[in-house]
Amino acid sequence: MSLLSPEILLVAVLNGVMVGALYALVAVGLTLIYGVLHIINFAHGALLTLALFAVYLAHSQLGLDPYLAAAPLAVLFFGLGYALQRWIITPASHGEDRNILLVTLGLAIIIQNLLLYLFRSDTRTIDLPYASDVVDLQITFVAMSRLIGLVGSLVVAALLWLFLTRTDTGRAVRAVAKERMGAALQGIDVDHIYAVTFGLGTACLAVAAALLIPNFYVNPRVGEAFVLIAFTIVVLGGMGSVPGALLGGLLIGVVESLGGLLLGESLGQLGIFLIFILVLMFRPQGLFGAKA
Amino acid sequence: MKIRDYTLIVAVAAALALVPLVVTSSTVLNFLVFTLLIALAAQGWNILGGYGGQFSFGHAAFFGTGAYATAILQTRYGVNAWAGFAIGIALGALVGWIIGFLTFRTGLKGSYFALVTLAFAEVLRVLANSFALTGGGAGVLIELDVRPENFQFASRAIFYWIALALVIVAMLISRRVETTRFGAQLAAVRENEAAAQALGVDPFWVKMHAITLSAGITAAAGAFYAQYFLFLDSGIAYGAWISVEALLAPIIGGLGTVFGPLLGALVLHGLGELAKYLGGAATGINLAVYGALLILAVAFLPNGVAGLLGRFRKPAPLPEARRAEG
Repeated sequence: MSLLSPEILLVAVLNGVMVGALYALVAVGLTLIYGVLHIINFAHGALLTLALFAVYLAHSQLGLDPYLAAAPLAVLFFGLGYALQRWIITPASHGEDRNILLVTLGLAIIIQNLLLYLFRSDTRTIDLPYASDVVDLQITFVAMSRLIGLVGSLVVAALLWLFLTRTDTGRAVRAVAKERMGAALQGIDVDHIYAVTFGLGTACLAVAAALLIPNFYVNPRVGEAFVLIAFTIVVLGGMGSVPGALLGGLLIGVVESLGGLLLGESLGQLGIFLIFILVLMFRPQGLFGAKA
Repeated sequence: MKIRDYTLIVAVAAALALVPLVVTSSTVLNFLVFTLLIALAAQGWNILGGYGGQFSFGHAAFFGTGAYATAILQTRYGVNAWAGFAIGIALGALVGWIIGFLTFRTGLKGSYFALVTLAFAEVLRVLANSFALTGGGAGVLIELDVRPENFQFASRAIFYWIALALVIVAMLISRRVETTRFGAQLAAVRENEAAAQALGVDPFWVKMHAITLSAGITAAAGAFYAQYFLFLDSGIAYGAWISVEALLAPIIGGLGTVFGPLLGALVLHGLGELAKYLGGAATGINLAVYGALLILAVAFLPNGVAGLLGRFRKPAPLPEARRAEG
């Protein structure tokens, strides 16, 4: 089939990598929260939706460019995540895993439906003057904003890695992830570290939203599509592994892109869910071997 | 089996059966039928999630299978609606068996089980949206032909009685689970799987039994949905909304109790309607209230509304004290 010439496949892989980098950024936040708190944050998709609305409103109400809005919104979302974990999730769930799952599900339902109530189900996009800028990569033209998305995601992942390895708070986060009791005995405030981690995971979403929005749309249900994708990436990369999430994100982006090319848009998604089910069933520690 | 175990259920059934004689507003009856439908789906969830402690986030897989099977058998193969209804339940139970076999065999538990069930439901949703058999994106429309043999009635009261009968049957099944050896084993697996195994219980088959029963009941809710609304698409049948409703009602009403799912469905939909009334025309506010109720229930009502009303009936006694009788 001429449809599958090497150039077309290469372009599909390239597209997959660029989409996958943003998936990775969403999943890095999720896996960080899982790795440290050992909880599955079901509100991650809804928080991404909230972040997309925040970027949208910053642009439409304050005239703020999404890329400029990324930094202040990251700070704001860090605070939001910190507050949710410290003052809602922890007290409401009495330390039981399955309660945490339910409380974060409750948060997801509230956020998603309040947005639906306030903004209706209309889909919104924003027009940016540079939206049609492209870069010539010889084999294909690529939208500048998607390239920025790829680079931006990698930069955020690198910053996160530097934070976790080079700062005292980052070391405390890793200590709590490894051995909660031991960390507490060293004088680390575990509840504070949990909230910081949840804040960091949520801040990743603000940046992801800013990088996504030039090529994407906003509506109250947009985050739903990311939930299973992000979980798939987290599971694939090994629950709690940040480099794993990065690789997993790129891989899933490519699988989705190639699946869409070969099977069509809607069946292409199926590949992701099947990978998710198979990995959970047969290799719950993830493809890249981090311990489950 | 002792009659005493079932008297409260029968009394509640009798009282609820009188409602259409008093209430004639079709809006109110519509609301009650829908609430009973959710209660039925939730009864199914409660068998596996409440008594068995296995939280599924994907009961839409069973609801949707029951609904699609009923609708497709009628519209494409000319099968009688009542027969389609029964086959829908059986197919839903079969899907439960298959998903259970795949997930329990590989030892998935807790949050992993929740996620994988969610993924199975999504797989079915994408498939239903893509193939001609299920009408693809356009969905399935059952032709309106109001005759009892078609499971179609002009009177909402009759739908109400059928939904009520299904909920009561599900309650009797739940009560029976509580009082049999199987229920005791299920509770043992919920409380401590390793200890249950050490005592000779086979957790795999106990969970298989539970998920099959659970799926069949939830499939009945789906099949009823198809007959009541006469329209389905992949987002309705396999959408996350029903997975969420099916788990919210028992958690808010009382996990692992006979009356929890019905109480929860009534509280949720009652307060949801109130929120809609107070919040104006825009959608969403009632669902936001559901989310808030879920968090409040988890935080403050570990035994749900049934636990709160526990004065007249003890919430979820672990059935270990009962002798197996069948």
